[in-house]
This record gives sequence, structure tokens and C-alpha cells, in this order.
Amino acid sequence: MSYFAFLTEHGPTMLLGTVTTIKVLICATILYVIISLIFGLMRLSKNPIIQGTATVYIEFFRGTSLLVQLFWFYYVLPFFGLTLEAFTAGVVAIGMNFGAYGAEIVRGGVLAVPKGQWEGAFALNFTPAKRMRKIIIPQIFPIILPPAANLTVELLKATALVALVTVVDLTFEAKQINSITWLSAQCFGTALLIYYIISRFFLVPFLRWLEVLAARKVGKEVK
Amino acid sequence: MNAEWRWDFAIEILPQMLLATLNTILAAGIGYAIAAIVGLLFLLGQRTPIKIVNIINREIVEFIRSTPLLIQLFFVYFVLPQFGITLSAWVCGMITIGLHFGTYLSEVYRGALEGVPKTQWEACRALNFSTFYTYRKIVLPQAFPIAIPGMGNYLVGIFKDTPLLSTIGVAELFHAATAVGGYHYRYLEPYTIVGIIFLMLSIPAAIWIRKIEKNVNLAQGKIKKEQL
Repeated sequence: MSYFAFLTEHGPTMLLGTVTTIKVLICATILYVIISLIFGLMRLSKNPIIQGTATVYIEFFRGTSLLVQLFWFYYVLPFFGLTLEAFTAGVVAIGMNFGAYGAEIVRGGVLAVPKGQWEGAFALNFTPAKRMRKIIIPQIFPIILPPAANLTVELLKATALVALVTVVDLTFEAKQINSITWLSAQCFGTALLIYYIISRFFLVPFLRWLEVLAARKVGKEVK
Repeated sequence: MNAEWRWDFAIEILPQMLLATLNTILAAGIGYAIAAIVGLLFLLGQRTPIKIVNIINREIVEFIRSTPLLIQLFFVYFVLPQFGITLSAWVCGMITIGLHFGTYLSEVYRGALEGVPKTQWEACRALNFSTFYTYRKIVLPQAFPIAIPGMGNYLVGIFKDTPLLSTIGVAELFHAATAVGGYHYRYLEPYTIVGIIFLMLSIPAAIWIRKIEKNVNLAQGKIKKEQL
């Protein structure tokens, strides 16, 4: 079977899987961004309970494997009467795992805002909430976006794992087609290529564009 | 299904899980050793003065880095037999992990080498040191502490990615948990134990790496004792 014939026969199925992969990517990215912002700021709180909660959360999710968390969400939570759909379990597990990594980036970003900005806001008698919202947070984006972009590419790769809890994504389809046709080189090769194309020609340029946008907002120029 | 944690069951399966943990540690160790060497090869490809080698090297690294480890595992495991090379799941897993993380480690090495100030090279040049001597005595000792945090992080990273090996049938910790869980139809205890074992290994490892980083920096005179 030529590669072209393989593509015409199985290409549409793989594209359907790709759509699911992109759905997981988008949902998990939204979730992880929200979690990183919340826990990153909690980690900087002076209240020991809030800070402790964030630290435990971050250490827990960074200390265990994503696959273990995924299986825990999918197979163990039903024991506690909470049954998640495979797609939801996948998104939640990935979002929470990457949120822990993202929180550390946010924390580093807040600490990297020049001290003069804090002092300026203090001198102008801003309340702590207003200081954060109006002065500090807008300035962290150009700092955190480059590492966050790397993390998001990692997240795209991590979405492949949801196939193992029966989400019908690109990896799942590739595995299915492989078990029917045994044309392993073609189907896994195509899957690898699709991931590569998503990452190299869509995700990375988009994140790069965000970086430029964020830098321009605070009056910086990206090389 | 009842949500009760059964201690008797947990204790019954614990020895089996601990035994499988040894396999996980072994896999992470071998994978890391291979990755460290592969990383050096990629670094070499990057630093050769031949342009075409650099470009090919960069594309390969870029490709490996932006595709999922899971599919790479499947690719190596299922495709090589098509070409008449049949390797065991263990060998396939180790090769794939080595290649995948080798690309990351090559970046760590590169960053470390570039972190050594250019004046160091110039001074060696002025003192008429050979390239080999410059690397051995001046550059590498200074690049090493810069590389340690990154290298340590990827050691923990490889350790946390070893559960993926279970998908091609390597009998490591996660594989054991799935097998036990499927046999007794109880997933609560096995998967929770796996999580706890991972936490108990990776948190001390992270602390240990931070400590080595500090010690190396101290020995290099980068930070002083009072700063600790």
C-alpha cells in the first residue's frame, strides 16, 4: 500500500483525532493559565495558610507523574462517587499538572518586576489589590511569556497521554489504525508529523506573536 | 464500588509495588545515562563548523522536541520490527527516552558552555593553551555548575516520564499498579501507592539537587557561606 493510498483511506480519521487533540489543547491551556495565575499569586501571599496550600498543591502536582495523575482522576475518583468523562478527566489532569509548573513561572515573574514599580505604587498610596491589578500584573506578561510558551509546547505533547484514558484523539486514532492495518511506520509517522506541524507552524508562531504583543504593551521591543 | 481505603489490600500489594519501583529507578538511571551521552552528540553536531551539519542537527532536535514521547515510543517499538530489527520493550524504551531527553540535555550543555564568559577563552588563547587543555582545565569546570540545575531537573523529568514505558509493556511501577488493579478490580490503592512512591522519591531528589547546586557554587566561589 502506497503512502498516498494510506492517507486517502485513513487521513480523514486522523484529522478527526487531530480536532480532538486541539480541543484538549485549548481547554487544558485555558485551565492551566487560570490555575497558574491563582496559585502563583497565592504562593506569594504572606498568609501562611494560603501560601502553604499553594506550596502543597505545587509540590504535589510537580512531584508525581502526569500519567499517574491522569489515571487517578479517571479510575480512582469514581471510587469517591465522582465520575468524570474521559475528556474532562484528561483536561483537568493536564490543566492541574501544568498549572503547578505555571504557578512557579508566575511567581518568578512577579518577583522579577523591578522594585521601583512596587515602591512607586506604594508612594502613590495604591491599595495592595490595586497595586497588583494595575501595576504589577500587566508587567509580568512580557517576563513570563517566554517560559510559558515552552510550557505550552510541552502541554501539546502531553495531550497525547489522554489517549490512554480512552479519549479519541490523534494518538488514539494512530494506535487504532496501527492495530487494524499494522502499517506502523505510516500511521505513527503521520501522527508525529501532525504534532510537529501543529507545534512548529501554529502554536509556536502564535505564542511568539503574544510575546511581541505583551512586550509592546509595556513599551518594550522584542528582538 | 466503595470508597474505603483497605489497609490489608494496600499492605498485601506493597511488596510487589516496591519491587517494581526498583525497575522504575533502573529505567530512569539507564535512560538518563543514554540521554547524557546523546546530548553530547547533539552538542557536537551543533558546534561543528560545518553549516549543513548544524542545520540538520537543529531540525532533528526541533522535531524530537516538539513531538510527544508517547508516540515516539510507539514508533520505535512498532516500526523497527518492520525493518527486521526486533528489540525488547526495555531496549526500545531506553533508546527512545535517551533520544528524547538527549535533545533537552544538549540544550542544557549548550547554555552552560555559552554561560562561560568569552574573556576566559581569550585569556587561554593569550596563554597559548591548546583547545583540549582550555576545555579540560578552564571551560568545563566553569560550565559544569551552570549545567547542574538543568541536568538535575531532567533527571527528575525522566523519572516522572518512566510510567509511559508501561504502554509498551515494560514492567515498571505503573505497569505493576495497572496489573494489580486489573486483577483485583481495585484501582484506588495501587494508583495511590504509585503516587506516594513517586512523591517520596522525587521530592527528596529535588532537594538533593538543590543542595549539590549550592555546594558546587560554594566550591567555585560563586556564593559565599554567609549568603546561605
